[in-house]
Amino acid sequence: MRNYVAIVRKELNNLFVSPIAYVVLAVFFAIAGYFFYIILTNIMQRVMEMSMSAQQFGQPPQPVDVPAAVMRNFFGVLSTILLFLIPMITMGILAEEKRRGTIELLLTSPITNTQLILAKFSAVVLFLAIMLVPTILNSVLLYFFSDPAPRLVPFLIGYLGAFLLGGSLLAVGLFISSLTENQIVAAVVTFGVFIILWVLDAMAEPASTVGNEVIRYLSVLNHYEDFSKGIFDTQHLVFYLSFIFLGLFLTSVSLNSPKWRQ
Amino acid sequence: MIQVEHLTKRFGLATAVQDVSFEVRKGEILGFLGPNGAGKTTTMRVLAGFFPPSDGRASVAGFDVFEQPLEAKKRVGYMPEQPPLYTEMSVDAFLRFVGRIKGLPADKLEPRLGEVKELCGLHGTGQRLIKHLSKGYKQRVGLAQALIHDPEVLILDEPTVGLDPKQIIEVRELIKRLAGIHTIILSTHILPEVSMTCQRVIIINKGRIVAVDTPENLTSQLRGGERIELEVRGPVDTLPTALGTVPHVKNVLIGAPGPHDGHHTVSVDVDGQHDVRHLIARRVLDSGFELYQLKTQAMTLEEIFLQLTTEEEAA
Repeated sequence: MRNYVAIVRKELNNLFVSPIAYVVLAVFFAIAGYFFYIILTNIMQRVMEMSMSAQQFGQPPQPVDVPAAVMRNFFGVLSTILLFLIPMITMGILAEEKRRGTIELLLTSPITNTQLILAKFSAVVLFLAIMLVPTILNSVLLYFFSDPAPRLVPFLIGYLGAFLLGGSLLAVGLFISSLTENQIVAAVVTFGVFIILWVLDAMAEPASTVGNEVIRYLSVLNHYEDFSKGIFDTQHLVFYLSFIFLGLFLTSVSLNSPKWRQ
Repeated sequence: MIQVEHLTKRFGLATAVQDVSFEVRKGEILGFLGPNGAGKTTTMRVLAGFFPPSDGRASVAGFDVFEQPLEAKKRVGYMPEQPPLYTEMSVDAFLRFVGRIKGLPADKLEPRLGEVKELCGLHGTGQRLIKHLSKGYKQRVGLAQALIHDPEVLILDEPTVGLDPKQIIEVRELIKRLAGIHTIILSTHILPEVSMTCQRVIIINKGRIVAVDTPENLTSQLRGGERIELEVRGPVDTLPTALGTVPHVKNVLIGAPGPHDGHHTVSVDVDGQHDVRHLIARRVLDSGFELYQLKTQAMTLEEIFLQLTTEEEAA
């Protein structure tokens, strides 16, 4: 346990002594904040237009759930930002250890590969939390300015979805970083894989054959949609958890493989 | 303390180490001598638990390296040829990190950190970032990380490579000081290093052990005689006949002219352990030559290798 904590700490420390962490955080907060603002103003404008046209026809204005609409759109944008930024977080996590030879120190220490991988994964998940948690401020804003106050649970479900999606991408990134010594290669390949995972949904034909269903099922975004609407479905939870498990399992296979240790 | 039995390691079709067996007793310093690519690093990596052997067994302090890896790894300090350093960390932070992942108890961490820094000559560098240290200091940090958890066994892969002569002497002194407390395996391709620090030597070539003995025995056995080098001035063509009658002289070889005008280097092979340098000197002078230098030529590693490997093939 102590060595697990030591590695998590070292990993976070490593992220924050390199400029990458700060650049990723700064870019993330800037883009997320900007999009939140755009989404909010767009939706407010639409609501105004709707209530104006309702008045023209002499009807009472329809109540609109602005917070839910804002959050749904915001979570959608969030997933796209994560797609771009997560490769930057995971690219060096194992590739750099291999390039510098420090992997030799880790693998000759009394820790199991499972502990090592879990520690590395925990570190990047914590970093994801450092990214996501401050955006909760946005929802706080909505909470105070809407009437009636929105329900809290859908927000939490949305964030759970963002964490699960982010965690799945981090697990894939971790695996790809274990395959190479070059972090740029890791970043590019990770990004490529993410894009494929993203567009799987569009690649499926509309016909409901088994193949198409499988492709649709594998699309990581498909499972995210319900979360962003504030709907919790264990089917999606299982999907993401198995996705994370698969990523970590492949990392351990790759780390255990004797091929690269020459 | 360390036991290796019929260890074989293959990488694909290439065999890096073949059927290597040896044993290291507690407190002993064992030298691993061999040219680059002989299989030294591979053997050490197996012992450190970096990868499993393809065949055979290895155990450290009674724990099989691959059946009880965690127990074995706790007892091994390993310094790879390229010290594994997180260069953006400070020396203290790095050594604390290594101490923690090696399982050193929290209450022993700080005292041990002080001890190890003192031992490795790192006092005053604790707050400095490793990337700002010189090569010699980085090597010391590498040694310190191998020592931090006070392991019973130390495995040092070419600990003096790339250091300047003064640093090399310091590192050798340090290794000698560690002897007795730790059991040490160190690899090198420098012969004097082995005779200075090790009690026993394993010579390895092309993945096989070619000889195991003490450094003294090894050199005297292999030598079977001495070679004496002369620098003379005069008509060297007559020298072989002049020296040929000196007792125990086997062979006289005229070397290249130089370094000064009219000078020649001449090698004289002498059989057995007889010291006939004074006889040679007198004969050279009596024959009308000017003698500028006379020295015993130490047998070089290349010669030992040539001898060992050719013997091996002849056998």
